[in-house]
Amino acid sequence: MTPSAASLRLDELRVGQRGRILSLAGEPGLLQRLMEMGLFEGEDVEMTAIAPLGDPLEFRLRDYRLSLRRREAACIGIALLNAGERNSP
Amino acid sequence: MSSSPSVDLPAPRLKTSATCTVALVGNPNTGKTTLFNALAGMRQRVGNYPGVTVETKKGQLRVGERVFDLVDLPGTYSLAPRSPDEMVAVDLVLGHQPGEPRPDAILSIVDASNLDRNLYLTTQALEVGVPVVVALNMIDVATGQGVSIDAERLGRQLGCRVVPIQANKGKGLDALKQALVAAADDDNIPNSPTFPETFEREVAALREGMSGAPELFLVRRLLLDVGGTTEQHLAARDDGLSAKVAGARKRLTEAGCGVPGIEARTRYAWIRQATAGCVHRPDRRPVSWTDRLDRVLTHKIWGTLIFLAVMFVVFMAIFEWAKPVMKLLASGKDWGAALLRGVIPAGPLASLLIDGILEGVGAVIVFLPQIVILFGFIAILEDCGYMARAAFLMDKLMARAGLSGKSFIPMLSSVACAVPGIMATRVIENRRDRLATIVVAPLMSCSARLPVYVLLIAAFFTEGHPWWMPGLIMFCMYAIGLVTAPLVAFALKRTLLRGETPVFVMEMPLYKRPSLRQVARRMVDSGWAFLRRAGSIILASMVVVWALLYFPRHDAEGNSFADLIEKAEEPVETQRKQLKEWEEKTAPERKELRQLERQAKRDDTGANLFTLYGLIGPPREARVAERDRRIEELTAALAPAKKEMEPLEEALKPVDERIHALEMAWKKNSYLGQMGQAIEPAVRPLGWDWRIGVAALASFPAREVVVGTLGIVYRVGKADSEEIREDPEGSELFAALKQARWNDDSAAAPVYTIPVALSLMVFFALCCQCASTLAVIRRETNSWRWPAFTFVYMTVLAYVGALVVYQVGTWIGSTWMV
Repeated sequence: MTPSAASLRLDELRVGQRGRILSLAGEPGLLQRLMEMGLFEGEDVEMTAIAPLGDPLEFRLRDYRLSLRRREAACIGIALLNAGERNSP
Repeated sequence: MSSSPSVDLPAPRLKTSATCTVALVGNPNTGKTTLFNALAGMRQRVGNYPGVTVETKKGQLRVGERVFDLVDLPGTYSLAPRSPDEMVAVDLVLGHQPGEPRPDAILSIVDASNLDRNLYLTTQALEVGVPVVVALNMIDVATGQGVSIDAERLGRQLGCRVVPIQANKGKGLDALKQALVAAADDDNIPNSPTFPETFEREVAALREGMSGAPELFLVRRLLLDVGGTTEQHLAARDDGLSAKVAGARKRLTEAGCGVPGIEARTRYAWIRQATAGCVHRPDRRPVSWTDRLDRVLTHKIWGTLIFLAVMFVVFMAIFEWAKPVMKLLASGKDWGAALLRGVIPAGPLASLLIDGILEGVGAVIVFLPQIVILFGFIAILEDCGYMARAAFLMDKLMARAGLSGKSFIPMLSSVACAVPGIMATRVIENRRDRLATIVVAPLMSCSARLPVYVLLIAAFFTEGHPWWMPGLIMFCMYAIGLVTAPLVAFALKRTLLRGETPVFVMEMPLYKRPSLRQVARRMVDSGWAFLRRAGSIILASMVVVWALLYFPRHDAEGNSFADLIEKAEEPVETQRKQLKEWEEKTAPERKELRQLERQAKRDDTGANLFTLYGLIGPPREARVAERDRRIEELTAALAPAKKEMEPLEEALKPVDERIHALEMAWKKNSYLGQMGQAIEPAVRPLGWDWRIGVAALASFPAREVVVGTLGIVYRVGKADSEEIREDPEGSELFAALKQARWNDDSAAAPVYTIPVALSLMVFFALCCQCASTLAVIRRETNSWRWPAFTFVYMTVLAYVGALVVYQVGTWIGSTWMV
C-alpha cells in the first residue's frame, strides 16, 4: 500500500479523492485543534464536498465528517491514495 | 466496605446517603442535552459565572434513596482550554469554580457511531481521578452502520462502566442510573492513557516547583496547551513558570515527543488499543442516508437553492407568523388598559399602571412569539443536522467580515428582530465571533424601524417624486444596516476582539429526525430565559421613561395638566361620543374610500408599473372605470353620515386644539421635554428641532415609540404605529408632520424638509434605541460592558450618519435645486 508519488496539501484534493496525512505544519493552537479532531500523521482523509462559494471544504475521516477552511486544510500535507486503498485499523 | 460505619474508620469518599455531584461531559452533537433533560427532568437551574458567556445547566436526579446533582458542562471536543469560556469546563471538573463542589463522578456521553473521536474527550475525563461512567449513545445508529460494540469488554479496557443507551428514545437510562449508583459506591478510579516516560518526568518536575500543588491534570494541560488559558492563569501567579514550561517543551521536542502532537498521538493510540477486539466495523462502509442527503444539500446549485428556501421560510415565519399573535397580545393590552381605566380613577397611579407598567409588560411579551418561533426553527435545524450545513454554505460570505458561517442565522433573524437574533448567537462556539455578532446584530434593519420608515417615506417621498422613489429609499434604509454591520464586525475583529484566528473546524453531524419533545423544550426554555432575565430590565426602562415624560405634572401656576385636559373635555363629552359612534359605523367605507383615492392618485402618476400597462389584472380602462364608479358609490353612501359628522367635528375642533396644546405643554414641561430642549443645540446640526429630540430620547425603550411621541408633540394625540404601517397617508400625524413649522410659527420654514426626513431615518436605522436589545445583550454576555459599548458606538454612528446626510442633503439642495 504505497501512496502514489506526488505529495499534496489537503486542500488540493478533488472531491472523491482520498489521501493519507504525512505532515502537519502551523501554529500550535491550530495544530492542537486539528489533532484533537483526529487529523494527524497516518490517518486517511477523503474530500467529500466543496461549498458552493469555493470555501470551506468537507472531508470524511475516521467515522465522521468534518468541515475545514482551505487555509486550515493547507496546513496538512498528504499523499494521494489510489481508489480502493483503505486504512485498516 | 463496612456495613456499619464507624467514626474511627476513614469513611469512603462517597457516602451512600450524601448527595453526589456528577459532571456531564461530551462532544457537541452527541445528544448530551437530551440525556441531561431525560435524567434531570424539569428540576433544572441555569448557572452562569462572572466574565464568561457560557452557561451551565444544573439538575437533580434521584435513584431510589440517592440524589445526584447533575452539572451539564458546555459541549466540547477536548478539555484543553483556549479561552475563559472553555476554562469553565476544566474549572468545574476540577472543582476550581468558586461556589461549585468538586464533582464526585463524571458521566461521559459518547456517540457510538463515531466512537474513536468521541473517546478522545473521555480519555481526558478518565485522568481527572474520579469514577467515570460512559454513556454509549446512539447505539442504534452505530448498529445501523454495521458497527458492533461490546460494551462490557470496552468497560473492562477503560476501567469504568460503559452503558449503551438511546437518549432520544429513553432506552438504557435505568441501566445508566444503576451504573452511576454503582460507580459512586465502589469509587473506582478508571484506567487512563500512559504518556511517554520523558513526558511524565517533565510533568512531575514542573509540578514540584509549583506552589499550591496543582492537580496532575492541570500540570499536563500547562505543558500541552501552547498559549492556552491554563498557562495564562498559572503563569500570572508564578513568575518563572513560563520559562520553565518553555524549557520543558524544548526538551520534549528534542526527545521526539513534542507538544502538542504528543497528546493526540498518545490518546488515539491508547483508544485504538482499548477498542481493539470490542468494536467491529464492517469491511466496507455502507452508503448512508447522510451520504445521499449531503450530496444534494451541499450541492453547488441544489444545496444553495434549498438553503435559500429554508432561510426564506425561517425569515417569513418570524416576520409574518408572529404577527397575528403579536396583534392578539396588543389587543389584550388595550383590553387591560380599558379595564384598568374603568376601575382606577385617573391620576398618576392609573397612568403608571397603564402607560408605564402595562405598556412595559406589553413591550416585553410582544417579543415572545418571535423568540419562540425562531428557537423552534433553530432547534429543528440543529437537531436534524442541517445547521452545520447552513454554516458550511454561508461561511465564505461571513468570513469576509471576519465572522464564520455560524453567524448567518443570527444576522438573518435580526432583520426581523435583534432580540431573538442575539439569543440565536448561542450556536456560535467561538467567543470573539459570538461577541462580534451580538454587537453588530442590532444594526440589521429590524421590523420595529419599519413604522418610522413608512411614515416618513409616505410623507416626503411619494407626492411629486417618481414612482420608484419610495422603494429606493426603503431599499437604502435596509442597505445601510446590511453594509454597516459587516464593516463594524470587520473593524471589531481587528481591534477590540482581536486574537488568535478562530480555527474553523466544524463537525458535520449525521442527519437525523428531530425530536419534537426536544424542540418544544428549546422553545419554552428560550421564552422563559428571555422573560426572566431581560424582562425586568425592559420593564424598568419603560417605567423610567414614562416617569420622565409624566413628571412634573403641574404647570407654572400649579394646575395639574391632567385636570386641565379633563376640564377642557367636559363640555363636549356628548358630541365626542356621537362623533365616535358615527366614525365606528362608517369606518370600513371611509377606509376603502381613502385607499381608492390614493390608488387613483398613484394611477395618475403611473406609480404602479404592472397595472399601468395592463400587464396584470383587467385592462386599464375597465379598472379605472370600476374604481371611479366605486368612489362615487362610497361618496354617496357616506354623504348622510358626513352631514351628521361635520357639525360635530366643527364643534370639537377648538377643544381638540386646546387639548393638544395642553398635552404638548405638558411634554415640553416634563423632565424629558426639558432634556430635549437642552439637547437642541446638539441635534440642530442634524436638522432637528427640540420636538424630534424629545421623540428620539423617549424612544429609548423601543424605536417604534418615536412615532407615538411625535404624535403627541405634534398635537395630533396618540398615533399608533400599526395603523401607520397599514395606512400611512390616512393618519393625522402624516398631515401634521408636513405642516410642522419651526417654533410653531406658521410663516416660518417647515421643520421637515427632505434632508431632515432622511437624517431622522438614517438616525433610526443606525441607533440602538431599543432597551430590549440592550437587556438581551446584557443577559447573553453576562456583563454591562457590551450593552454599554453597543449603545455608545451605535449612537455615535447614528449621529454622524444623520449629520452627514442632513448637511450633504442641505448642501445639494441649496446648490443644485434652487
